[in-house]
Amino acid sequence: MSILEVENLTVDIPVAAGMLHPVRSISFSVEKGETLCIVGESGCGKSLTSLALMGLLPKAAIRRADKLLFRGEEIGDLPERKMAHLRGGAMSMIFQEPMTSLNPAYTIGDQLMEVFRRHVTRDKAAARDRAIYLLEKVGISSAASRLGQYPHQLSGGLRQRVMIAMALMCEPELIIADEPTTALDVTIQAQILHLLAELQNEFDMGLILITHDLGVVARIADKVQVMYAGRTVEEGPARAVFDSPQHPYTQGLLRCIPIPGKTKRGERLGAVPGIVPNLVGDLSGCMFRNRCPHAAPVCATADDSLVTGPDGHANACIRPEPERVAEAVA
Amino acid sequence: MKDKNLVDSALETKDVTCVFQVSQGFMKGKKPLAAVKGVSLKVPKGQVVGLVGESGCGKSTLASILLGLQAPTKGDVLYSGESASGFNRKDVARRIQPIFQDPYSSLNPTKTIRSIVSQPLRIHNVGDPSEWNAKVAEILDLVGLPRRAAGSYPSQLSGGQRQRVAIARALIMRPEIVICDEPTSALDVSVQSQILNLLQDLKEELGLTYLLISHNLAVVEHLADRVAVMYLGRIVEEGPSEDVFADPRHPYTRALLESVLTPDPTLSVPDTHLGAVFPNPIDPPSGCVFHPRCADCIDKCKTIAPEPIQDGDHMAECHLADRSCQ
Repeated sequence: MSILEVENLTVDIPVAAGMLHPVRSISFSVEKGETLCIVGESGCGKSLTSLALMGLLPKAAIRRADKLLFRGEEIGDLPERKMAHLRGGAMSMIFQEPMTSLNPAYTIGDQLMEVFRRHVTRDKAAARDRAIYLLEKVGISSAASRLGQYPHQLSGGLRQRVMIAMALMCEPELIIADEPTTALDVTIQAQILHLLAELQNEFDMGLILITHDLGVVARIADKVQVMYAGRTVEEGPARAVFDSPQHPYTQGLLRCIPIPGKTKRGERLGAVPGIVPNLVGDLSGCMFRNRCPHAAPVCATADDSLVTGPDGHANACIRPEPERVAEAVA
Repeated sequence: MKDKNLVDSALETKDVTCVFQVSQGFMKGKKPLAAVKGVSLKVPKGQVVGLVGESGCGKSTLASILLGLQAPTKGDVLYSGESASGFNRKDVARRIQPIFQDPYSSLNPTKTIRSIVSQPLRIHNVGDPSEWNAKVAEILDLVGLPRRAAGSYPSQLSGGQRQRVAIARALIMRPEIVICDEPTSALDVSVQSQILNLLQDLKEELGLTYLLISHNLAVVEHLADRVAVMYLGRIVEEGPSEDVFADPRHPYTRALLESVLTPDPTLSVPDTHLGAVFPNPIDPPSGCVFHPRCADCIDKCKTIAPEPIQDGDHMAECHLADRSCQ
């Protein structure tokens, strides 16, 4: 049984100009011990997806989903009190900015223990032991003395480790990490990702990692989901998506990054020209069409649902690869 | 005062040191913090030199010294072989210009693009104000912005377009050297490549010299002719890109290179064996400052600071790089 199963999740936000559709019917599932990476550029709806799962959307936003199953139980219509019990307990979240997501006025010990005492037991000593155990687990030395420190006394990398420890306090079954390493140095990024992968293995958790960095995705993901303008444009096993990207957007993205050893020095990089479309009002067809090198008139109206291939590798391009290739040759 | 040997370098620092006095708290004395310690770096004319290192290693302090925004405590900066000590702020600004990381905060939101881009012309009082509009139009063409963008405000432009405005502003006085401080790290992947391509085209078209500061080693390898690796205020390795990337001599450079996550799904996340703790620059470790994090550390490293070891034009500051000793 999947830990999380999402079917046709949609988020709408009323704005002055009409209805904004930042997330439009996306579906995915995460198994125990599996890593799903949601990748996309700013504005593609990846962060709102994670907030929608946690029930942390802004008040004005409207969330709809055919299915939102956590451990097989529907959580879409849970009252806030029950949702608050799940959040931080069985499902927890790691945010992007360790600078702003820790409360500067409380020691990290207070903040770590609060989660545990709220969800598991009021016992202060037990909470303290758990906090020390996890701080050591995430590689922080002299953990006991760190409990009395405030966030500003720690470096960015250490703060992110504290955030990870906090997410693990109540033995969650699912962790959602939204850009957990974007604000960090490369060396620290590698360490934090290594740590996440190790901990996930050890505790057999499901992990949803949201990022824009294709390098991170390739190294850590079991499954990849590429989002563009609120839709999933391609999904599948990581190896398949990176070895043979099917959607023109994924192909474009992969051509944009210099790869040491593959891209020649000074060679021009690929580019995806144009800008992200406006998602207000009625939308139809493929939203990538105004930036796509293979766009045809049919792209403006056709259905952009995912079509799954035999190996579980799905893409939403209306014009299948052979057709595009045939055109390029002609 | 031109030195004949130095004519080929557009920019050079000679043993530059920058020390800040840092307060230790109320009623406590100040302690010196050496952000940059005896850095000698050459940027050859028409080349791209990449400067890499973790946050807090002194990259940005070095950049502001080069831009003349911060006076070095010791040492000298040379522009095309001429010492900066004889220059005033404007002379320096004519030769060297910065492009900053975040185009959302580096452009004044209350000014039009025309006013932002033409400001250097106003400051340096170049030519006739009636020509300025033509100059702005010309530079907007060069960086690939539509001419009508001149009348808009930064908030009306996307991140990539804003970065193009920042580049236009840096180039309008036709400087010889541009310091690019993380020029693409605030941008989306698809926009990043456009800006990198533009920087490269401009370099060829205008014969520019770049100092590229970045933590993204893939970008540095792609653009740079030479690379300098900085750690705790020192340049610990420097050399031609091919050499440094193919045969890194300093363990820190090796760890940095291992940390680069190339999009290769057959590999997993590397374990760099670097400790998490970046040393306190107020109280740096003894001997080689990298030794507490170094996997190959030997006894000598804990007490004796290594001297730069030159091998051809590839320098590394590590006891283990000294091949004659081994």
